[in-house]
Amino acid sequence: MEWETVIGLEIHAQLATRSKIFSGASTAYGAEPNTQACLVDLGMPGVLPVLNEGAVRMAIKFGLAINAQIAPRSVFARKNYFYPDLPKGYQISQFELPVVGHGQVTIDLEDGQRKVIGVTRAHLEEDAGKSLHEDFHGMTGIDLNRAGTPLLEIVSEPDMRSAKEAVAYMKKIHALVRYLEICDGNMQEGSFRCDANVSVRPKGQHAFGTRAEIKNINSFRFVERAINYEVERQIDVLEGGGKVVQETRLYDPDKGETRSMRGKEDSHDYRYFPDPDLLPLEIAADTIEAVRATLPELPDAKRSRFVDHYGLPEYDATVLTASRELADYFEAVAKACGEAKLAANWVMGELSGALNKAGLEITESPVSSDALSGLLARIIDKTISGKIAKEVFEAMWNGEGDADRVIEQKGLRQITDSSAIEAAIDAVIAANPTQLEQYRGGKDKLFGFFVGQVMKATQGKANPAQLNELLKQKLDG
Amino acid sequence: MKELHQQSVAELAAGLARGDFSSVELTEALLARIAQHDDRLNSYISVTAERALEQARAADSARAAGQAGPLTGVPLAHKDIFCTRGIRTSCGSKMLDTFISPYDATVVERLDRAGMVMLGKTNMDEFAMGSSNETSFYGPVRNPWDTETVPGGSSGGSAAAVAARLAPIATGTDTGGSIRQPAALCGITGLKPTYGVVSRYGMIAFASSLDQAGPMGRSAEDCALLLGAMAGFDERDSTSLDRPVDDYTATLETPLDGLRIGLPQEFFGDGLDGEVARVIDEAVAELRRLGAEPVEISLPNTALAVPTYYVVAPAECSSNLSRFDGVRFGHRCDAPRDLEDLYKRSRGEGFGAEVKRRIMIGTYALSSGYYDAYYLKAQKLRRLISDDFRAAFAQCDVIAGPTAPTPAFRLGEKADDPVTMYLSDIYTIAVNLAGLPALSMPAGFSQGLPVGLQLIGNYFSEARLLGVAHRYQQATDWHTRSPDGF
Repeated sequence: MEWETVIGLEIHAQLATRSKIFSGASTAYGAEPNTQACLVDLGMPGVLPVLNEGAVRMAIKFGLAINAQIAPRSVFARKNYFYPDLPKGYQISQFELPVVGHGQVTIDLEDGQRKVIGVTRAHLEEDAGKSLHEDFHGMTGIDLNRAGTPLLEIVSEPDMRSAKEAVAYMKKIHALVRYLEICDGNMQEGSFRCDANVSVRPKGQHAFGTRAEIKNINSFRFVERAINYEVERQIDVLEGGGKVVQETRLYDPDKGETRSMRGKEDSHDYRYFPDPDLLPLEIAADTIEAVRATLPELPDAKRSRFVDHYGLPEYDATVLTASRELADYFEAVAKACGEAKLAANWVMGELSGALNKAGLEITESPVSSDALSGLLARIIDKTISGKIAKEVFEAMWNGEGDADRVIEQKGLRQITDSSAIEAAIDAVIAANPTQLEQYRGGKDKLFGFFVGQVMKATQGKANPAQLNELLKQKLDG
Repeated sequence: MKELHQQSVAELAAGLARGDFSSVELTEALLARIAQHDDRLNSYISVTAERALEQARAADSARAAGQAGPLTGVPLAHKDIFCTRGIRTSCGSKMLDTFISPYDATVVERLDRAGMVMLGKTNMDEFAMGSSNETSFYGPVRNPWDTETVPGGSSGGSAAAVAARLAPIATGTDTGGSIRQPAALCGITGLKPTYGVVSRYGMIAFASSLDQAGPMGRSAEDCALLLGAMAGFDERDSTSLDRPVDDYTATLETPLDGLRIGLPQEFFGDGLDGEVARVIDEAVAELRRLGAEPVEISLPNTALAVPTYYVVAPAECSSNLSRFDGVRFGHRCDAPRDLEDLYKRSRGEGFGAEVKRRIMIGTYALSSGYYDAYYLKAQKLRRLISDDFRAAFAQCDVIAGPTAPTPAFRLGEKADDPVTMYLSDIYTIAVNLAGLPALSMPAGFSQGLPVGLQLIGNYFSEARLLGVAHRYQQATDWHTRSPDGF
């Protein structure tokens, strides 16, 4: 039987506010345990939550970016369950009335097609703390620094049909929240993570199959692997005559498998009800407009502009707009050097290659956009050839100074003096009478041999176009 | 000069201002009375003598430096539901018997800043759940008018302490009548303000949408003085209202001429003790003599108030009390085997029977499959009850009636019958569901026990209620009576 996979994602994006969603404590990552947990975060008797307006603005920003309805009135609800890293015994979240309603994003598929993925809703909630199971000898340590950190939970429609689509969607949301500067997107620190709801059904069947929820996946690679494993597991179960059970599963990246965490019968009854400590969140139309005015150019619009304005191919525009920082870098280089395609080639080629190899982000590049455009300017004004430029780039990457300095120090300036090139050509021709005879006898291919010899004699610095022209004259003359 | 403990807050403030006595002398006198009499009442859980004397000395210095405010140096007692930094804040529960609060409630902070002197923390029903002060981990409070009877609850300690002159005034909290009912049973004046007038920050939550703090004193004037210092917007409480604080003392003398007093027929029917009814009738007659005009009104959904309340309040408390899990503070069982054991035994040992009963009712009411039938239905009824009051206030300015159906009942009389106990709040509960202000003041006696008259006002009419009560108290002397033997 042919099976169809159905995937929906719940993405948790940690909002980049300085303080927590319901208290004034700092959200900075990596502090000593429990040093960034105030009375409110500790759930002390008598304390009360006060909503962080910055978190609300960020949620609105996201909603506008996915063309969603911003709820004029939304409600915070308590999700009740006991866990040691949940200080109050309930999490403040939104349940029936979320702040962001239905919206959508467009993803790019590998075959060049695009697909619209629906976003059911996005709501604000607080994160829990962390339970530390190591180093406590049979006990559990609790770190409440993370408790109360604002999260935006972004719930998709079950619109994805493969792990690759799920990853493309997740990457799209990742790019979006970073463009909007509402989340740092740091997956290792848990600032961006997701739960995947996965089911399979016979191709052509309308009804969904029974789903399993895979919890807390914190990398694109793991999302793809976890979903692929889970899909195969479910198909195996079904083809073996069994039934998929509704359950929560965990992905184990070491073993590359998912395993059951709790079944439906053990699922919590969260006893949601409106939090009486917080008034309904009312958002005025002018607040929404004020936030709209702060929206940056979004990835899709930027990509179109790169195609229209710079004449870049779709592919280049897509790659270069994957992150706001990369796009900004490209644009700075393109503007400074005036040749967008050349800039695109270098940013996507030499630069990205070097960054990948070194494991660096674009923002950490040792070669700044100014420095790179300085190098490209020397290609454009023919001071150096593209080939020599790669050598210069490597020296710049290694901290040997800007392009002009490297060119000067290494003596890489291109030879454009015709008489110098002619002299070199004459010497080569004189030294290779046999090849000259063969060439003149019709062996055209030997032209390349002469180019190589002249380049060798000039240490690669002869201007290639001039060399070609002069060599042709001499050989044919 | 009246003995210090017999003086009202207004009188004490004047005496301190004139220099008739110092705050230290006053505080010492009251601490001595507490030491002498409180064994018979158990109205205090903690007496904070050292801190009180320290605050009194500071108050006297402030006065000497010309920096005294109207309440500087006046002692008071706080219900043990308010967090007090460095001092045990027990909420009447074993769960918090060892809990030393790391911070002050807003109410405590404001009254400290006003220069008031905290004598101690008063006894209360466990987590404010009770109407007789018998659910306290620290034992029942006794009513100073008859120590075989209850003082009411949950602010029974505050009411008994003020009635027995062991504190000039005290703070209380009222979720379903917890200020007004003990005020009535102990013969004092107590006001529950409009929801949101006094900050809830640092007040240990029972039912967040109903809880409201207020003053419990000997007179309306004293309550007006204390409320003025307690009230006001607090950015730490999202449900606190951002509006200027009224001057509650400025309008105390407003005559009652033409004041329409609504008498809800539902407050005078079955279940009301005959003697209590007689006292209330006489009080209404007195108000009429003072110029008020009684009008018959109806609050048709009154009978729904108790059942509605006993869904809403337990639902909220079941969630509010989840934080008492033995993990970070409060009672933790010995040698827990695992997490579940830690939860079960810590909570099982730390909470008393009434608290557990309400947690279970609330958990049930919020459970999937029951939520609509209970919690949502209760929210709808809550709206109907509010609508009753809205309609009533189109016909009258203030509603009057009994605070409680009976005077103080005997200790143990209703302890094993929760529903009968719950019905002792039948006249007070609807007010919390609607978020309205209401007060109770002494209006006479039934067989030697005080009877309270309840006045309910429209939103933000605290000043009006206090004014009506003040005029009544100027014409009567019920509020000046104090129990024999104290």
